[in-house]
Amino acid sequence: MRSYNFAFIDENAKREIRRKILKAVAVPGYQVPFGSRELPIARGWGTGGLQLTFALIGPEDVLKVIDQGCDGSVNAVNLRNLVVKTTGVRTTYETGEASIIQTRHRIPEEPLGAEQILVLQVPFPDALRAVEASESRTREMHSEMDYHSMWVYLYEDIVRWGEVTIGFRYPVLVNGRYIMDPSPIPRWDVPRLNMAENLFLFGAGREKRIYAVPPHTAVTPLEFQDHPFRVEDFGGQACCRCGSTDTFLNEMVDTATDRKIFFCSDTAFCDRRLEVGKKGETRCP
Amino acid sequence: MGYVAVKGGAGAIAAAEELVKYFRVKGGSDPVAVRQIQDQFRLAVDKVMGEAGLYAPFYAALAIKQAEGDLVEASFILRAFCSSQPRQYYSVVANTGEMEVIRRISASFKDIPGGQILGPTRDYTQRLLDFELAGESRGHVEQFLSSYLKDINLSGRAAPATFPKVVDLLRAEGLLDEESTQPEEEIFDITRDAVTFPAPRTARLQAMARAETGGLMAIAYSSMRGYGNVHPNLGELRVGYLPLKIRHPEMEGEVYVGRVLVTETEVITRFAAGEDGMPRFTMGYGLCFGHNEIKAISMAVLDRAMRSPAPGSPAGDQEFVLYHTDGIEASGFSAHWKLPHYVTFQADLEQLRAAQDRQRKGEA
Repeated sequence: MRSYNFAFIDENAKREIRRKILKAVAVPGYQVPFGSRELPIARGWGTGGLQLTFALIGPEDVLKVIDQGCDGSVNAVNLRNLVVKTTGVRTTYETGEASIIQTRHRIPEEPLGAEQILVLQVPFPDALRAVEASESRTREMHSEMDYHSMWVYLYEDIVRWGEVTIGFRYPVLVNGRYIMDPSPIPRWDVPRLNMAENLFLFGAGREKRIYAVPPHTAVTPLEFQDHPFRVEDFGGQACCRCGSTDTFLNEMVDTATDRKIFFCSDTAFCDRRLEVGKKGETRCP
Repeated sequence: MGYVAVKGGAGAIAAAEELVKYFRVKGGSDPVAVRQIQDQFRLAVDKVMGEAGLYAPFYAALAIKQAEGDLVEASFILRAFCSSQPRQYYSVVANTGEMEVIRRISASFKDIPGGQILGPTRDYTQRLLDFELAGESRGHVEQFLSSYLKDINLSGRAAPATFPKVVDLLRAEGLLDEESTQPEEEIFDITRDAVTFPAPRTARLQAMARAETGGLMAIAYSSMRGYGNVHPNLGELRVGYLPLKIRHPEMEGEVYVGRVLVTETEVITRFAAGEDGMPRFTMGYGLCFGHNEIKAISMAVLDRAMRSPAPGSPAGDQEFVLYHTDGIEASGFSAHWKLPHYVTFQADLEQLRAAQDRQRKGEA
């Protein structure tokens, strides 16, 4: 078999991506265009996040890859295999052990530290796409901080449905300047972006954009005084496995009993809670 | 209890990969040689090289074999391979007047300097399913080749290898809008920089050269048919080998590095007033790797459509055309809906239930 470069993409491409990362960190929430490379992973399957990971990773790094909060999810396995195949780095399921965590749709429940980087995969880098189809127009809107159409959109949602009905990809204001798409994380994860210890990097491969939330940066969800932002309410349900009532839960139907049961979406967090014996009373039917 | 989807992903992936291999060969016939694909699936190889943006016939054929004939998938494999290679050189700007032509036609003039050369085309054949091909053997092929080549006098009156460009006739007469053919000073590289809009013409042409043939055709067709107003007159369509040269730091002058088969199209469209008020024909230009005439024509039509300052149709809208015709991006994203979306769906479920509760209570 032909041998590939360390971390697959060529070194010039990595340098370019690192420069764009620095720019993104310097202007929090601003979408930096970059020369996105094609990877042996399909567009839309995490190529933006992967390019960030490839540009950042060194032989000493410890990598964790999750999809829907789960290390064992098929695409997470595939992405992890590619990085391991081309770098030989050590991987982990333990959130606290990882120096780079690549994720799709979740921020780990366990707060991250200053030495950790969370790389988020992004399908739609521009929160304004919901209200304006044209990229050249939304760039103008960002540069002029012309966000009225987004506010009107949220207002109309409240008028029609009684609250903002955006379930995920909830728009946030970063550092008081740019409206940002936080990637398709649930609202549950949005508060975790605010004044965090760690760096968040966002990569959109198909749309060719990189953006960042540096540590200790204010990130506020868009809300009205009389209609505050709220996270998901699981109605007091607990994880059927570890008993947690303060994590994001996924529901499924128990085929044996036809009843709805709940599990932590962050499987590493769930495993850890089980191990340290915090298991509550099982609620499994 | 149905606790699923946490562990076991690795095993399932490996098993699925094995199964793909099994499905490719389970018929028990002789394995297809890559060389056979390269020789006999010529147009598929050309399409894949064009959409991948890498001129490498053998690797393209290998990708087609690997993808079981799915050309978008093959293009994706080949383009991904490209990312692992550093870019060493840019070629010197090539002059398509130097193309070694195998086919060139014009729909604008009955006779053109150098003549109309049909070359290898199916255009005037009946598309009847050829049952004889089903029984084609090595013997048939050898017999055909020897008799076909015997009757061709390769040493006699050779046709000229290169031909003047048809549109140069119009240009000499001042009938063409020169603005549309002026080269830009700096050539954009879409593989190294993200395109922003309005995009320079070099970026638009590059993006279309790598676009998926079917996607490009659909949007170009919309413009020809009614959603737009580009009625192309085919000034010239030529297929041939284009010599490429580079400047090498350790060698003097320009160094020939090889030749690529390309299809080039120049379409002439309705006239418009230039800056001096003089009406002139406007032009659209298309060029892609390999022999792919539909793509080159579609590209030329869209090149012209996208130059309208105020596009009134999808085909004239740069963002619409360029963002949606890359086959690798479009297919990847269309396929990604197969990935788990449990978390986002859970978030939506919660919102919907809350909205239903409000509706029931009459709050909304």
